[in-house]
Amino acid sequence: MALSRLSLRSNGFLKPAATALPSAIRRHVSTDSSPITIETAVPFTAHLCDAPSRSVETSSEEILAFFRDMARMRRMEIAADSLYKAKLIRGFCHLYDGQEALAVGMEAAITRKDAIITSYRDHCTFVGRGGELVDAFSELMGRKRGCSNGKGGSMHFYKKDASFYGGHGIVGAQIPLGCGLAFAQKYSKEENVTFVLYGDGAANQGQLFEALNIAALWDLPAILVCENNHYGMGTATWRSAKSPAYFKRGDYVPGLKVDGMDALAVKQACKFAKEHALKNGPIILEMDTYRYHGHSMSDPGSTYRTRDEISGVRQVRDPIERVRKLLLSHDIATEKELKDMEKEVRKEVDDAVAQAKESPVPEPSELFTNMYVKDCGVESFGADRKDLKVTLP
Amino acid sequence: MSAIIHGAGAATALSTFNPVDSKKLAAPCRTNLPARSKRYIVAGSDASKSFGSGLRASHSQKLIANAVATKTDTSATTGTGHELLLFEALQEGLEEEMDRDPHVCVMGEDVGHYGGSYKVTKGLADKFGDLRVLDTPICENAFTGMGIGAAMTGLRPVIEGMNMGFLLLAFNQISNNCGMLHYTSGGQFTIPVVIRGPGGVGRQLGAEHSQRLESYFQSIPGIQMVACSTPYNAKGLMKAAIRSENPVILFEHVLLYNLKEKIPDEEYICNLEEAEMVRPGEHITILTYSRMRYHVMQAAKTLVNKGYDPEVIDIRSLKPFDLYTIGNSVKKTHRVLIVEECMRTGGIGASLTAAINENFHDYLDAPVMCLSSQDVPTPYAGTLEEWTVVQPAQIVTAVEQLCQ
Repeated sequence: MALSRLSLRSNGFLKPAATALPSAIRRHVSTDSSPITIETAVPFTAHLCDAPSRSVETSSEEILAFFRDMARMRRMEIAADSLYKAKLIRGFCHLYDGQEALAVGMEAAITRKDAIITSYRDHCTFVGRGGELVDAFSELMGRKRGCSNGKGGSMHFYKKDASFYGGHGIVGAQIPLGCGLAFAQKYSKEENVTFVLYGDGAANQGQLFEALNIAALWDLPAILVCENNHYGMGTATWRSAKSPAYFKRGDYVPGLKVDGMDALAVKQACKFAKEHALKNGPIILEMDTYRYHGHSMSDPGSTYRTRDEISGVRQVRDPIERVRKLLLSHDIATEKELKDMEKEVRKEVDDAVAQAKESPVPEPSELFTNMYVKDCGVESFGADRKDLKVTLP
Repeated sequence: MSAIIHGAGAATALSTFNPVDSKKLAAPCRTNLPARSKRYIVAGSDASKSFGSGLRASHSQKLIANAVATKTDTSATTGTGHELLLFEALQEGLEEEMDRDPHVCVMGEDVGHYGGSYKVTKGLADKFGDLRVLDTPICENAFTGMGIGAAMTGLRPVIEGMNMGFLLLAFNQISNNCGMLHYTSGGQFTIPVVIRGPGGVGRQLGAEHSQRLESYFQSIPGIQMVACSTPYNAKGLMKAAIRSENPVILFEHVLLYNLKEKIPDEEYICNLEEAEMVRPGEHITILTYSRMRYHVMQAAKTLVNKGYDPEVIDIRSLKPFDLYTIGNSVKKTHRVLIVEECMRTGGIGASLTAAINENFHDYLDAPVMCLSSQDVPTPYAGTLEEWTVVQPAQIVTAVEQLCQ
C-alpha cells in the first residue's frame, strides 16, 4: 500500500506500474459513489439562522465530476477569451473563470426542476445546467445553432427545459423575475426552489429589497445568492456599499456567508438553503468568490486591483486546484489521470469551438421571428402591404 | 329627418356623470368577429334625439369637462343581455377568465381585500383566495418583474398598476424583460402577462396622476397595446388580452369606469388587433380611442347637424395599428382627423400620422390632421385642465377646416 502511495506521489516514477493498471484504477475511481465526508476549509457565518455543519457528505464520483465540470468551464471561458480577441465574439463578454465552484456546487445540491436565474455572467451557469458547449459558443458567435438562435448573445443564455431562466443584461432586474419564478413554484405547489443570483454591485439595487420584502412576506421559496467577487465592474465593495456584509443585508431574512471558491461548501450551503426555503421562506447566501478576468473583455481588470492580488488568489484559493488537491490526497485519482482529463476537456472545448465556427449565421427573416407569439392564427399587421384581414378562429 | 345608422360598438352621448343606456340591438355574437356585429341606432336630425340620449341641444355646445355618459330613460332595449358599468364589465371578464383557467392570477396594490381602487377586482379575493388575487406592497418594479418571472413559467398574471403613471417605475421590467424575453430567448419563453390600469386625464387629479403612457410604451418591441372605451369592448379586450400569449398592455381611462351599457350574456372576445367602426360616414375619417371617442361623438352630433357625415373609428389597438380598417376608411373618405388624448410630441397620433402618410398618401385629399393634448403637465385648475385635452368644439372646427 505504501508502495502504491509512493507511486501516486511521484511524478512519473514507477510510471509503467501506474499505467500497467490504468483501466482498473480508472474504473474504480469513476464509479465509486461510497460516501466520503470532507470538512470545508472555512466555517460558515450565519445571520438569523443556524449555520450548517462544516462536514460535507460527498463521494469520489462527485468530486471527480466537480473537477471535470470546473475544468470544462474554465477551458470554455479561456476559449471565449481568445475568440473575443480574434473578434469572433463581439459586444460584451463577461467571463466567469475563478467562480466555477459556485456553478458546480449549486448543481450538486439541486435538481433540474429547481430554477436558476442570474445576470449576464451566465456562460458557466448555462453549461452547469446541462447546456451544450456547442450551443454556448454558437450563441457567443451569433450563429443560428446558439441557445437563443443567435439573437441573445453572451448576456442572454436560456435553457427552459433545465429551468435556467437566464441571462439578463440589466443587473438587478432578474431579482424580481426570480421572485416571480418562486411565486409560480409556490402557486403550483411544487416542492422546488429558485436560486436568484446577483452580484455585489447589484446588491445595492432597490429592486432587491423590494423583492426581498415580497418574498419574505409571502414565504416564497426564493434563495438569493450574492456572488460577491468584491468588484462591481471597477468599484470595490468598500467603495460602493456602506455595509459589505451582504448576507446580513436582508435584515429580517436569514443569511449565510459561504466560501464561494470551495465547491463542497457551496454544495452544503445550497442544500441547507433549499431545505430552509421550502420550510421558512427566503434566505440569502453570500458567496465569497473572485473573478480572474476583468469585469468584461473590455476591462483589463488591473486598473482597480493589483496583479499580485489576482495571482495571490489564484495560488491560494483557486477552486480547481483545491479539488485537485482533494482528489490527490484522497487517492481518488492520480496526477496523470487528472492531466489526461484536462486534456480531454480541452479537446472537447476545441471541438465545440470548431463546430460552432462552422455553423451558419441566422437568416435575415429571423430578424422578425419570435417577436410575437402568433396564436389563434392571428396575423398581426402594422404599416403593411398586405390586404390582410385579421380573424380569430 | 331621421336616419338609421348601422354601426358597431356603443354610441353614447356624454355630458354629465351619469351612466347611459345606449339603445342597440345586440346581434348574437359568436366568439369570432364580435366587433362586426350590427347595431341599429335611431338618430334624429336634432341633437336631442341623437344616439338615444335625452340631451338638450344646448349641452353639445358647452365645453365638455367630462366624458361620462348621460343618464337617459330610454325605452326597453331589445334582445337579451345584461346591463352593467364598465368597471363591472372588466371584472366580469376577469372573473370569467379566472374561472376558466387556474393559471390566471391578479397582482397589484390593493386589488385583494380592498377590492381594487376602481373596484375592478372587487370580490375576487374572496372567491379565489389570496394567492390568486395578490395584494402587493408598493413596489411596482418588483411586482411587475415578479409577474413577468411567473409568466415565464406558465402562469398568466394580470398586473394592475393602480394608476398607469405608477408603471413608469416598472419601465425597465416592461421594456427589457416583458417585451424582449420572447425574442432574446429564441422563443423559449412566452410572457402571457396583461398589464392594465387606469390612465388619462381625470377630474383635477394633478399632473402626476393624469399621465398617458401609451406614447411612452409604444416603441417597446414585443408588446401589444389596446385601449378600451365601452363596457362591451372592455370585457372583450380583457378576455382577449388574458388569452393572448403575448404581453398586452390594456389602457383603461379613469373617467370611463362608470359608463353603462348592455352587453351580451353569451361569452365573447374582442379582437386585440382590430379597430371598431363607431359611426360609418362618407366625408371624413376621424380616428380616436379611449375617452376622446366620446368627445368625437359629441362633436359628431354637431357635425351631422351642419351637414357633414363623419366616419368615426375607435382604433382600440394602439400597437399594432389596424391599418386594414383605417386604410379602407381613408380610401373611402380621403380625409383623416386623429383625435387623441396623449401629448402631441411622440404620441400615438404622431405614429399614426406617419403610418397613414406612408401607406395611403395617394388617397389623401388633405393633410392628416392630428388633435392631441397640449404638451404640458396637466394642471390642477379645472378650467386649465379642460383646455389641455381636446374639446368637441375644436373637433368640429378641425373637421370644417379639413372638409373645405
